[in-house]
Amino acid sequence: MRKELTIRMRNIRILGRNIRDGIKNVFRNFSLAFASISCITVTLIIVAVSIVGSWNVQNFTKLIRDDFTIVVFVKNDASAEDETKIRSEIEKINNVESIDFMSKKEIMDQMKKSSQTFNNVMSSWDENENPLDDTFQVRVKNDEKISDTAEKIKAIEKVDTVKYGEGMVESMVSIFKIIRYILIAMVLGLVVVTAFLIVNTIKITIFSRQEEIEIKRLVGASNTSIKQPFIIEGLIIGTLGSIIPIIVTIYGYSILYEKTGGKLFSQFIKLVEPLPFSLYVSAILLVIGVIVGMFGSSRAVRKYLKI
Amino acid sequence: MEFIKITDVEKVYKTGVTAIYGLNLRIKKGDFAFIIGASGSGKSTLIKMLYREEKPTRGEILVGGVNVGKLRNRKVYKLRRKLGIVFQDFKLLPKLTVYENVAFALEMYGLPKSEIRQKTLKAIELVGLKEKTKSYPHQLSGGEQQRVSIARAIVNSPKLLICDEPTGNLDPDTSMEIMKVLEVINDLGTTIIVVTHDRDIVNRLKKRVILLDKGRLKKDYEKGTYDKNEKH
Repeated sequence: MRKELTIRMRNIRILGRNIRDGIKNVFRNFSLAFASISCITVTLIIVAVSIVGSWNVQNFTKLIRDDFTIVVFVKNDASAEDETKIRSEIEKINNVESIDFMSKKEIMDQMKKSSQTFNNVMSSWDENENPLDDTFQVRVKNDEKISDTAEKIKAIEKVDTVKYGEGMVESMVSIFKIIRYILIAMVLGLVVVTAFLIVNTIKITIFSRQEEIEIKRLVGASNTSIKQPFIIEGLIIGTLGSIIPIIVTIYGYSILYEKTGGKLFSQFIKLVEPLPFSLYVSAILLVIGVIVGMFGSSRAVRKYLKI
Repeated sequence: MEFIKITDVEKVYKTGVTAIYGLNLRIKKGDFAFIIGASGSGKSTLIKMLYREEKPTRGEILVGGVNVGKLRNRKVYKLRRKLGIVFQDFKLLPKLTVYENVAFALEMYGLPKSEIRQKTLKAIELVGLKEKTKSYPHQLSGGEQQRVSIARAIVNSPKLLICDEPTGNLDPDTSMEIMKVLEVINDLGTTIIVVTHDRDIVNRLKKRVILLDKGRLKKDYEKGTYDKNEKH
Protein backbone atom coordinates (compact mmCIF):
# COMPACT_ATOMS: atom_id res chain seq x y z
CA MET A 1 0.00 0.00 0.00
CA ARG A 2 2.69 2.46 1.01
CA LYS A 3 4.77 1.60 -1.99
CA GLU A 4 1.81 2.18 -4.31
CA LEU A 5 1.23 5.53 -2.69
CA THR A 6 4.84 6.63 -3.17
CA ILE A 7 4.75 5.53 -6.80
CA ARG A 8 1.59 7.54 -7.31
CA MET A 9 3.17 10.54 -5.59
CA ARG A 10 6.17 10.20 -7.85
CA ASN A 11 4.06 10.10 -10.97
CA ILE A 12 2.15 13.16 -9.85
CA ARG A 13 5.40 15.02 -9.22
CA ILE A 14 6.77 13.97 -12.62
CA LEU A 15 3.54 15.10 -14.29
CA GLY A 16 3.66 18.42 -12.45
CA ARG A 17 7.22 19.07 -13.53
CA ASN A 18 6.44 18.03 -17.07
CA ILE A 19 3.43 20.36 -17.29
CA ARG A 20 5.68 23.17 -16.12
CA ASP A 21 8.34 22.23 -18.67
CA GLY A 22 5.80 21.84 -21.47
CA ILE A 23 4.46 25.34 -20.90
CA LYS A 24 7.97 26.75 -20.59
CA ASN A 25 9.03 25.12 -23.84
CA VAL A 26 6.16 26.59 -25.85
CA PHE A 27 7.27 30.09 -24.91
CA ARG A 28 10.99 29.41 -24.93
CA ASN A 29 10.86 28.17 -28.53
CA PHE A 30 8.01 30.44 -29.49
CA SER A 31 9.07 31.06 -33.09
CA LEU A 32 8.88 27.33 -33.78
CA ALA A 33 5.73 26.87 -31.74
CA PHE A 34 4.27 29.75 -33.72
CA ALA A 35 4.87 27.87 -36.96
CA SER A 36 2.90 24.89 -35.63
CA ILE A 37 0.17 27.13 -34.27
CA SER A 38 -0.29 28.93 -37.61
CA CYS A 39 -0.34 25.61 -39.38
CA ILE A 40 -3.16 24.37 -37.14
CA THR A 41 -5.00 27.70 -37.40
CA VAL A 42 -5.09 27.71 -41.20
CA THR A 43 -6.21 24.11 -41.45
CA LEU A 44 -8.82 24.45 -38.76
CA ILE A 45 -10.38 27.43 -40.56
CA ILE A 46 -10.74 25.29 -43.68
CA VAL A 47 -12.01 22.42 -41.56
CA ALA A 48 -14.54 24.80 -39.97
CA VAL A 49 -15.80 25.93 -43.38
CA SER A 50 -16.13 22.31 -44.48
CA ILE A 51 -17.97 21.28 -41.33
CA VAL A 52 -20.37 24.23 -41.56
CA GLY A 53 -20.88 23.46 -45.26
CA SER A 54 -21.53 19.76 -44.86
CA TRP A 55 -23.80 20.30 -41.88
CA ASN A 56 -25.88 22.78 -43.84
CA VAL A 57 -26.02 20.57 -46.89
CA GLN A 58 -27.31 17.81 -44.70
CA ASN A 59 -29.88 20.19 -43.32
CA PHE A 60 -31.07 21.19 -46.84
CA THR A 61 -31.39 17.57 -47.78
CA LYS A 62 -33.49 16.88 -44.74
CA LEU A 63 -35.77 19.84 -45.43
CA ILE A 64 -36.21 18.84 -49.07
CA ARG A 65 -36.95 15.28 -48.10
CA ASP A 66 -39.55 16.45 -45.65
CA ASP A 67 -41.24 18.25 -48.53
CA PHE A 68 -41.20 15.22 -50.77
CA THR A 69 -44.77 14.50 -51.90
CA ILE A 70 -46.40 12.57 -54.67
CA VAL A 71 -49.38 14.39 -56.09
CA VAL A 72 -52.07 12.01 -57.32
CA PHE A 73 -54.62 13.43 -59.76
CA VAL A 74 -57.91 11.57 -59.79
CA LYS A 75 -59.83 11.22 -63.08
CA ASN A 76 -62.50 13.85 -63.43
CA ASP A 77 -65.34 11.33 -63.69
CA ALA A 78 -64.49 9.53 -60.44
CA SER A 79 -67.23 9.35 -57.82
CA ALA A 80 -66.79 9.88 -54.10
CA GLU A 81 -66.88 6.09 -53.67
CA ASP A 82 -64.06 5.66 -56.19
CA GLU A 83 -62.03 8.18 -54.23
CA THR A 84 -62.45 6.29 -50.95
CA LYS A 85 -61.30 3.18 -52.80
CA ILE A 86 -58.24 4.93 -54.20
CA ARG A 87 -57.37 6.21 -50.74
CA SER A 88 -57.50 2.76 -49.19
CA GLU A 89 -55.46 1.33 -52.08
CA ILE A 90 -52.76 3.96 -51.55
CA GLU A 91 -52.75 3.30 -47.82
CA LYS A 92 -51.93 -0.34 -48.53
CA ILE A 93 -48.60 0.59 -50.13
CA ASN A 94 -45.74 0.09 -47.68
CA ASN A 95 -43.76 3.19 -48.37
CA VAL A 96 -46.67 5.58 -47.80
CA GLU A 97 -46.51 7.69 -44.71
CA SER A 98 -49.53 9.99 -44.94
CA ILE A 99 -52.23 11.04 -47.36
CA ASP A 100 -53.93 14.40 -47.64
CA PHE A 101 -57.01 14.91 -49.80
CA MET A 102 -57.75 18.14 -51.61
CA SER A 103 -60.96 18.49 -53.58
CA LYS A 104 -61.02 20.38 -56.86
CA LYS A 105 -63.11 23.06 -55.19
CA GLU A 106 -60.49 23.62 -52.52
CA ILE A 107 -57.80 23.84 -55.17
CA MET A 108 -59.84 26.33 -57.11
CA ASP A 109 -60.39 28.49 -54.03
CA GLN A 110 -56.70 28.41 -53.28
CA MET A 111 -55.82 29.42 -56.81
CA LYS A 112 -58.36 32.20 -56.80
CA LYS A 113 -56.79 33.61 -53.69
CA SER A 114 -53.32 33.38 -55.08
CA SER A 115 -53.86 35.64 -58.10
CA GLN A 116 -56.28 38.19 -59.43
CA THR A 117 -56.18 36.74 -62.97
CA PHE A 118 -57.10 33.27 -61.78
CA ASN A 119 -59.86 34.84 -59.73
CA ASN A 120 -61.34 36.60 -62.76
CA VAL A 121 -61.25 33.50 -64.97
CA MET A 122 -62.40 30.99 -62.41
CA SER A 123 -65.28 33.07 -61.03
CA SER A 124 -67.13 32.46 -64.31
CA TRP A 125 -66.97 28.66 -63.88
CA ASP A 126 -69.93 26.96 -62.34
CA GLU A 127 -69.78 24.01 -60.02
CA ASN A 128 -69.84 21.28 -62.70
CA GLU A 129 -67.61 23.07 -65.15
CA ASN A 130 -64.52 23.02 -62.91
CA PRO A 131 -61.86 21.34 -65.09
CA LEU A 132 -59.48 20.70 -62.22
CA ASP A 133 -58.99 17.28 -60.65
CA ASP A 134 -59.35 16.16 -57.08
CA THR A 135 -55.91 15.34 -55.71
CA PHE A 136 -54.23 13.28 -53.02
CA GLN A 137 -50.90 14.45 -51.62
CA VAL A 138 -48.93 11.43 -50.56
CA ARG A 139 -45.85 11.61 -48.34
CA VAL A 140 -43.43 8.71 -48.50
CA LYS A 141 -41.26 7.15 -45.83
CA ASN A 142 -38.24 6.38 -48.00
CA ASP A 143 -37.73 8.91 -50.76
CA GLU A 144 -35.26 6.73 -52.60
CA LYS A 145 -38.14 4.40 -53.53
CA ILE A 146 -40.39 7.26 -54.59
CA SER A 147 -40.54 6.35 -58.28
CA ASP A 148 -41.50 2.80 -57.40
CA THR A 149 -44.29 4.00 -55.12
CA ALA A 150 -45.48 6.43 -57.79
CA GLU A 151 -45.71 3.59 -60.31
CA LYS A 152 -47.85 1.53 -57.93
CA ILE A 153 -50.22 4.44 -57.37
CA LYS A 154 -50.48 5.04 -61.10
CA ALA A 155 -51.69 1.48 -61.58
CA ILE A 156 -54.72 2.08 -59.34
CA GLU A 157 -58.03 2.44 -61.21
CA LYS A 158 -59.38 5.94 -61.86
CA VAL A 159 -56.02 7.53 -61.16
CA ASP A 160 -55.18 9.97 -63.91
CA THR A 161 -51.64 11.21 -63.46
CA VAL A 162 -49.01 11.02 -60.75
CA LYS A 163 -46.39 13.70 -60.23
CA TYR A 164 -43.40 13.71 -57.90
CA GLY A 165 -40.88 16.14 -59.36
CA GLU A 166 -39.92 13.82 -62.19
CA GLY A 167 -36.44 12.97 -60.93
CA MET A 168 -35.46 16.59 -60.35
CA VAL A 169 -35.74 16.35 -56.59
CA GLU A 170 -34.11 12.98 -56.58
CA SER A 171 -31.06 14.17 -58.44
CA MET A 172 -30.85 17.22 -56.19
CA VAL A 173 -30.77 15.00 -53.15
CA SER A 174 -28.10 12.78 -54.64
CA ILE A 175 -26.02 15.80 -55.62
CA PHE A 176 -26.24 17.06 -52.08
CA LYS A 177 -25.19 13.64 -50.88
CA ILE A 178 -22.10 13.77 -53.07
CA ILE A 179 -21.26 17.29 -51.93
CA ARG A 180 -21.53 16.19 -48.35
CA TYR A 181 -19.24 13.21 -48.90
CA ILE A 182 -16.70 15.42 -50.61
CA LEU A 183 -16.77 17.86 -47.70
CA ILE A 184 -16.37 15.08 -45.15
CA ALA A 185 -13.48 13.61 -47.13
CA MET A 186 -11.93 17.08 -47.20
CA VAL A 187 -12.20 17.41 -43.43
CA LEU A 188 -10.60 14.01 -42.87
CA GLY A 189 -7.90 14.65 -45.46
CA LEU A 190 -7.06 18.01 -43.95
CA VAL A 191 -6.85 16.61 -40.46
CA VAL A 192 -4.40 13.93 -41.61
CA VAL A 193 -2.33 16.43 -43.62
CA THR A 194 -2.15 18.83 -40.68
CA ALA A 195 -1.13 16.03 -38.38
CA PHE A 196 1.81 15.29 -40.68
CA LEU A 197 2.71 18.95 -41.06
CA ILE A 198 2.71 19.29 -37.32
CA VAL A 199 4.79 16.17 -36.86
CA ASN A 200 7.36 17.80 -39.13
CA THR A 201 7.20 21.23 -37.56
CA ILE A 202 7.54 19.77 -34.10
CA LYS A 203 10.36 17.55 -35.32
CA ILE A 204 12.31 20.71 -36.09
CA THR A 205 11.66 21.92 -32.56
CA ILE A 206 12.71 18.60 -31.17
CA PHE A 207 15.78 18.39 -33.34
CA SER A 208 17.28 21.24 -31.36
CA ARG A 209 16.48 19.35 -28.17
CA GLN A 210 17.77 16.00 -29.35
CA GLU A 211 20.67 16.17 -26.92
CA GLU A 212 18.35 16.85 -24.02
CA ILE A 213 16.28 13.78 -24.90
CA GLU A 214 19.40 11.67 -25.30
CA ILE A 215 20.74 12.73 -21.90
CA LYS A 216 17.38 12.10 -20.29
CA ARG A 217 17.42 8.58 -21.70
CA LEU A 218 20.98 8.03 -20.49
CA VAL A 219 20.32 9.16 -16.94
CA GLY A 220 17.38 6.79 -16.70
CA ALA A 221 14.25 8.76 -17.49
CA SER A 222 11.37 6.57 -18.63
CA ASN A 223 10.02 7.12 -22.12
CA THR A 224 6.70 8.31 -20.74
CA SER A 225 8.29 11.00 -18.64
CA ILE A 226 10.39 12.15 -21.61
CA LYS A 227 7.35 12.27 -23.88
CA GLN A 228 5.03 14.03 -21.43
CA PRO A 229 6.34 17.60 -21.76
CA PHE A 230 6.22 17.32 -25.54
CA ILE A 231 2.66 16.03 -25.49
CA ILE A 232 1.66 18.85 -23.17
CA GLU A 233 3.39 21.25 -25.53
CA GLY A 234 1.32 19.77 -28.38
CA LEU A 235 -1.83 20.22 -26.33
CA ILE A 236 -1.05 23.89 -25.75
CA ILE A 237 -0.14 24.43 -29.41
CA GLY A 238 -3.37 22.74 -30.49
CA THR A 239 -5.45 24.85 -28.11
CA LEU A 240 -3.77 28.11 -29.17
CA GLY A 241 -4.15 27.11 -32.81
CA SER A 242 -7.90 26.63 -32.49
CA ILE A 243 -8.64 30.06 -30.96
CA ILE A 244 -8.81 32.03 -34.22
CA PRO A 245 -10.81 29.35 -36.09
CA ILE A 246 -13.33 29.28 -33.23
CA ILE A 247 -13.73 33.08 -33.31
CA VAL A 248 -14.09 32.94 -37.09
CA THR A 249 -16.74 30.23 -36.82
CA ILE A 250 -18.84 31.88 -34.14
CA TYR A 251 -18.75 35.44 -35.51
CA GLY A 252 -18.42 34.57 -39.18
CA TYR A 253 -21.37 32.22 -39.21
CA SER A 254 -23.70 34.49 -37.26
CA ILE A 255 -22.82 37.38 -39.61
CA LEU A 256 -23.47 35.14 -42.63
CA TYR A 257 -26.78 34.07 -41.14
CA GLU A 258 -27.85 37.65 -40.48
CA LYS A 259 -26.80 38.94 -43.90
CA THR A 260 -28.67 36.22 -45.75
CA GLY A 261 -31.61 36.18 -43.39
CA GLY A 262 -31.00 32.49 -42.89
CA LYS A 263 -31.75 31.62 -46.52
CA LEU A 264 -29.43 30.81 -49.35
CA PHE A 265 -30.34 31.40 -53.06
CA SER A 266 -34.00 30.56 -52.55
CA GLN A 267 -36.69 30.09 -49.95
CA PHE A 268 -36.07 26.37 -49.86
CA ILE A 269 -32.44 26.38 -48.74
CA LYS A 270 -32.53 27.35 -45.12
CA LEU A 271 -29.35 27.68 -43.05
CA VAL A 272 -28.93 26.04 -39.67
CA GLU A 273 -29.48 28.56 -36.88
CA PRO A 274 -26.18 29.89 -35.48
CA LEU A 275 -26.83 28.85 -31.89
CA PRO A 276 -26.02 26.34 -30.57
CA PHE A 277 -24.68 25.11 -33.94
CA SER A 278 -21.54 27.28 -34.04
CA LEU A 279 -20.70 26.23 -30.48
CA TYR A 280 -20.81 22.56 -31.48
CA VAL A 281 -18.53 23.30 -34.43
CA SER A 282 -16.17 25.18 -32.09
CA ALA A 283 -16.03 22.25 -29.72
CA ILE A 284 -15.20 19.94 -32.65
CA LEU A 285 -12.44 22.33 -33.78
CA LEU A 286 -10.92 22.48 -30.30
CA VAL A 287 -10.93 18.70 -30.01
CA ILE A 288 -9.35 18.28 -33.46
CA GLY A 289 -6.71 20.92 -32.66
CA VAL A 290 -5.78 19.33 -29.33
CA ILE A 291 -5.70 15.78 -30.66
CA VAL A 292 -3.68 16.71 -33.72
CA GLY A 293 -1.23 18.71 -31.59
CA MET A 294 -0.75 15.94 -29.05
CA PHE A 295 -0.53 13.21 -31.67
CA GLY A 296 1.93 15.27 -33.70
CA SER A 297 4.28 15.81 -30.76
CA SER A 298 4.06 12.27 -29.57
CA ARG A 299 4.92 10.95 -33.04
CA ALA A 300 7.78 13.40 -33.42
CA VAL A 301 9.52 12.43 -30.16
CA ARG A 302 9.14 8.73 -30.73
CA LYS A 303 12.02 8.64 -33.17
CA TYR A 304 14.43 9.85 -30.52
CA LEU A 305 13.43 7.34 -27.89
CA LYS A 306 15.30 4.41 -29.39
CA ILE A 307 18.82 5.18 -28.26
CA MET B 1 30.16 -11.23 -5.77
CA GLU B 2 30.04 -10.72 -9.49
CA PHE B 3 28.32 -7.58 -10.58
CA ILE B 4 28.89 -7.93 -14.31
CA LYS B 5 28.81 -11.31 -16.02
CA ILE B 6 29.58 -11.43 -19.71
CA THR B 7 29.21 -14.89 -21.23
CA ASP B 8 30.10 -15.81 -24.81
CA VAL B 9 29.15 -12.44 -26.18
CA GLU B 10 29.41 -11.64 -29.84
CA LYS B 11 28.42 -8.38 -31.45
CA VAL B 12 27.88 -8.05 -35.18
CA TYR B 13 26.73 -4.67 -36.45
CA LYS B 14 24.11 -4.36 -39.19
CA THR B 15 26.91 -3.35 -41.56
CA GLY B 16 28.33 -6.85 -41.12
CA VAL B 17 31.30 -5.73 -39.04
CA THR B 18 32.01 -7.94 -36.04
CA ALA B 19 33.11 -5.81 -33.09
CA ILE B 20 33.29 -8.45 -30.33
CA TYR B 21 34.08 -12.16 -30.63
CA GLY B 22 33.14 -14.71 -27.96
CA LEU B 23 33.90 -12.53 -24.98
CA ASN B 24 33.81 -13.83 -21.41
CA LEU B 25 34.34 -11.43 -18.56
CA ARG B 26 33.50 -11.11 -14.88
CA ILE B 27 33.68 -7.93 -12.90
CA LYS B 28 33.22 -8.03 -9.15
CA LYS B 29 31.27 -5.63 -7.03
CA GLY B 30 33.51 -2.78 -5.93
CA ASP B 31 36.08 -3.39 -8.68
CA PHE B 32 37.93 -0.66 -10.49
CA ALA B 33 38.78 -1.77 -14.01
CA PHE B 34 40.32 -0.11 -17.02
CA ILE B 35 39.37 -1.27 -20.47
CA ILE B 36 42.09 -0.46 -22.94
CA GLY B 37 42.85 -1.24 -26.54
CA ALA B 38 43.47 0.37 -29.89
CA SER B 39 40.76 2.13 -31.85
CA GLY B 40 38.40 -0.47 -33.29
CA SER B 41 39.30 -3.03 -30.64
CA GLY B 42 35.68 -3.11 -29.47
CA LYS B 43 35.97 -1.29 -26.15
CA SER B 44 33.30 1.23 -26.96
CA THR B 45 30.99 -1.50 -28.19
CA LEU B 46 31.60 -3.43 -24.99
CA ILE B 47 30.57 -0.63 -22.65
CA LYS B 48 27.70 0.46 -24.88
CA MET B 49 26.34 -3.05 -24.40
CA LEU B 50 26.65 -2.61 -20.63
CA TYR B 51 24.21 0.28 -20.62
CA ARG B 52 22.16 -1.16 -23.46
CA GLU B 53 22.84 1.36 -26.16
CA GLU B 54 23.77 -1.70 -28.19
CA LYS B 55 22.42 -5.22 -27.84
CA PRO B 56 24.67 -8.29 -28.01
CA THR B 57 24.07 -10.40 -31.12
CA ARG B 58 24.84 -13.60 -29.22
CA GLY B 59 25.55 -14.53 -25.62
CA GLU B 60 24.42 -13.06 -22.35
CA ILE B 61 25.24 -9.93 -20.40
CA LEU B 62 24.11 -9.61 -16.81
CA VAL B 63 24.52 -6.24 -15.08
CA GLY B 64 23.46 -6.32 -11.44
CA GLY B 65 21.17 -9.24 -12.24
CA VAL B 66 19.54 -7.57 -15.26
CA ASN B 67 19.77 -9.44 -18.54
CA VAL B 68 20.71 -6.52 -20.72
CA GLY B 69 20.22 -8.21 -24.09
CA LYS B 70 16.64 -9.08 -23.31
CA LEU B 71 15.72 -5.66 -21.98
CA ARG B 72 12.98 -4.01 -24.02
CA ASN B 73 13.43 -0.47 -25.19
CA ARG B 74 10.65 0.75 -22.92
CA LYS B 75 12.31 -0.80 -19.86
CA VAL B 76 15.84 0.44 -20.49
CA TYR B 77 15.44 3.21 -17.91
CA LYS B 78 15.26 0.61 -15.15
CA LEU B 79 18.81 -0.49 -15.96
CA ARG B 80 20.08 3.05 -16.42
CA ARG B 81 18.88 4.06 -12.96
CA LYS B 82 21.22 1.47 -11.50
CA LEU B 83 24.26 2.90 -13.20
CA GLY B 84 25.93 6.20 -13.91
CA ILE B 85 27.58 7.06 -17.22
CA VAL B 86 30.33 9.62 -17.83
CA PHE B 87 31.27 10.65 -21.36
CA GLN B 88 34.29 12.18 -22.98
CA ASP B 89 32.24 15.18 -24.15
CA PHE B 90 30.48 15.61 -20.76
CA LYS B 91 26.96 15.86 -22.27
CA LEU B 92 25.86 18.69 -20.02
CA LEU B 93 22.87 20.85 -20.85
CA PRO B 94 24.23 24.35 -21.57
CA LYS B 95 21.11 26.19 -20.45
CA LEU B 96 21.09 24.64 -16.98
CA THR B 97 23.30 25.51 -14.02
CA VAL B 98 25.60 23.01 -12.36
CA TYR B 99 22.97 22.34 -9.73
CA GLU B 100 20.21 21.89 -12.31
CA ASN B 101 22.35 19.62 -14.45
CA VAL B 102 22.95 17.31 -11.51
CA ALA B 103 19.42 17.52 -10.11
CA PHE B 104 17.99 16.83 -13.57
CA ALA B 105 18.22 13.05 -13.32
CA LEU B 106 16.49 12.94 -9.94
CA GLU B 107 13.74 15.19 -11.20
CA MET B 108 13.07 12.69 -13.92
CA TYR B 109 12.58 10.02 -11.26
CA GLY B 110 9.97 12.12 -9.50
CA LEU B 111 11.73 12.48 -6.15
CA PRO B 112 10.50 15.15 -3.73
CA LYS B 113 12.29 18.49 -3.85
CA SER B 114 13.94 18.22 -0.44
CA GLU B 115 15.42 14.84 -1.28
CA ILE B 116 16.66 16.10 -4.64
CA ARG B 117 18.32 19.06 -2.98
CA GLN B 118 20.06 16.96 -0.37
CA LYS B 119 21.37 14.34 -2.82
CA THR B 120 22.40 16.89 -5.42
CA LEU B 121 24.42 18.99 -2.98
CA LYS B 122 26.08 15.86 -1.61
CA ALA B 123 27.16 14.75 -5.09
CA ILE B 124 28.43 18.21 -6.01
CA GLU B 125 30.41 18.37 -2.79
CA LEU B 126 31.93 14.96 -3.42
CA VAL B 127 33.38 16.08 -6.76
CA GLY B 128 34.60 19.32 -5.17
CA LEU B 129 32.41 21.85 -6.93
CA LYS B 130 30.57 23.27 -3.95
CA GLU B 131 31.51 26.84 -4.89
CA LYS B 132 30.17 26.55 -8.41
CA THR B 133 26.62 25.28 -8.00
CA LYS B 134 25.13 28.34 -9.71
CA SER B 135 27.57 28.47 -12.62
CA TYR B 136 26.68 27.49 -16.15
CA PRO B 137 28.76 24.89 -18.03
CA HIS B 138 30.36 27.49 -20.33
CA GLN B 139 31.75 29.28 -17.27
CA LEU B 140 33.63 26.15 -16.17
CA SER B 141 36.93 24.59 -17.24
CA GLY B 142 36.96 21.20 -18.96
CA GLY B 143 37.95 19.43 -15.76
CA GLU B 144 35.17 21.13 -13.85
CA GLN B 145 32.64 20.22 -16.50
CA GLN B 146 33.73 16.61 -16.25
CA ARG B 147 33.25 16.77 -12.49
CA VAL B 148 29.72 18.01 -13.02
CA SER B 149 29.03 15.08 -15.29
CA ILE B 150 30.48 12.70 -12.69
CA ALA B 151 28.29 14.31 -10.03
CA ARG B 152 25.27 13.76 -12.27
CA ALA B 153 26.26 10.14 -12.81
CA ILE B 154 26.62 9.36 -9.10
CA VAL B 155 23.77 11.47 -7.73
CA ASN B 156 21.44 8.50 -7.54
CA SER B 157 24.12 6.38 -5.76
CA PRO B 158 24.49 3.85 -8.58
CA LYS B 159 26.18 0.49 -8.06
CA LEU B 160 28.17 0.93 -11.26
CA LEU B 161 29.87 3.90 -12.85
CA ILE B 162 30.81 3.59 -16.52
CA CYS B 163 33.26 6.14 -17.87
CA ASP B 164 33.87 6.40 -21.60
CA GLU B 165 37.22 8.16 -22.11
CA PRO B 166 36.55 10.52 -19.21
CA THR B 167 39.91 12.25 -19.59
CA GLY B 168 40.02 12.28 -23.38
CA ASN B 169 39.53 16.04 -23.56
CA LEU B 170 41.62 16.98 -20.54
CA ASP B 171 45.26 17.82 -19.83
CA PRO B 172 47.35 15.34 -17.75
CA ASP B 173 47.07 17.18 -14.42
CA THR B 174 43.33 17.60 -14.71
CA SER B 175 43.05 13.97 -15.78
CA MET B 176 44.74 12.84 -12.59
CA GLU B 177 42.38 14.98 -10.53
CA ILE B 178 39.42 13.35 -12.24
CA MET B 179 40.90 9.91 -11.55
CA LYS B 180 41.27 10.82 -7.89
CA VAL B 181 37.61 11.72 -7.75
CA LEU B 182 36.82 8.32 -9.29
CA GLU B 183 38.99 6.58 -6.72
CA VAL B 184 37.08 8.28 -3.90
CA ILE B 185 33.82 7.12 -5.42
CA ASN B 186 35.25 3.62 -5.77
CA ASP B 187 36.25 3.62 -2.10
CA LEU B 188 32.60 4.32 -1.24
CA GLY B 189 31.75 0.97 -2.82
CA THR B 190 30.81 1.82 -6.39
CA THR B 191 32.07 -0.47 -9.14
CA ILE B 192 33.91 1.57 -11.75
CA ILE B 193 34.76 0.78 -15.37
CA VAL B 194 36.92 3.23 -17.26
CA VAL B 195 37.58 3.02 -20.98
CA THR B 196 40.72 4.94 -21.81
CA HIS B 197 43.64 5.61 -24.11
CA ASP B 198 45.59 7.36 -21.42
CA ARG B 199 48.70 5.31 -20.71
CA ASP B 200 49.74 7.59 -17.88
CA ILE B 201 46.71 7.21 -15.64
CA VAL B 202 46.55 3.45 -16.14
CA ASN B 203 50.15 3.08 -15.10
CA ARG B 204 49.80 5.33 -12.10
CA LEU B 205 46.64 3.86 -10.65
CA LYS B 206 47.66 0.17 -10.84
CA LYS B 207 44.15 -1.20 -11.10
CA ARG B 208 42.76 -4.10 -13.02
CA VAL B 209 43.43 -3.75 -16.76
CA ILE B 210 41.42 -5.48 -19.45
CA LEU B 211 43.05 -5.34 -22.85
CA LEU B 212 40.97 -5.86 -25.95
CA ASP B 213 42.43 -6.50 -29.35
CA LYS B 214 40.38 -6.72 -32.51
CA GLY B 215 37.28 -7.69 -30.64
CA ARG B 216 38.93 -10.34 -28.45
CA LEU B 217 40.06 -10.30 -24.84
CA LYS B 218 43.83 -10.30 -25.07
CA LYS B 219 44.98 -9.76 -21.50
CA ASP B 220 43.41 -9.32 -18.09
CA TYR B 221 45.82 -8.18 -15.37
CA GLU B 222 44.98 -7.85 -11.70
CA LYS B 223 47.24 -4.93 -10.89
CA GLY B 224 48.25 -4.21 -14.42
CA THR B 225 49.96 -1.51 -16.34
CA TYR B 226 49.65 -0.26 -19.85
CA ASP B 227 52.52 -2.09 -21.51
CA LYS B 228 54.54 0.07 -23.84
CA ASN B 229 54.79 -2.74 -26.31
CA GLU B 230 51.07 -3.00 -26.65
CA LYS B 231 49.71 -1.39 -29.72
CA HIS B 232 48.18 1.91 -28.93
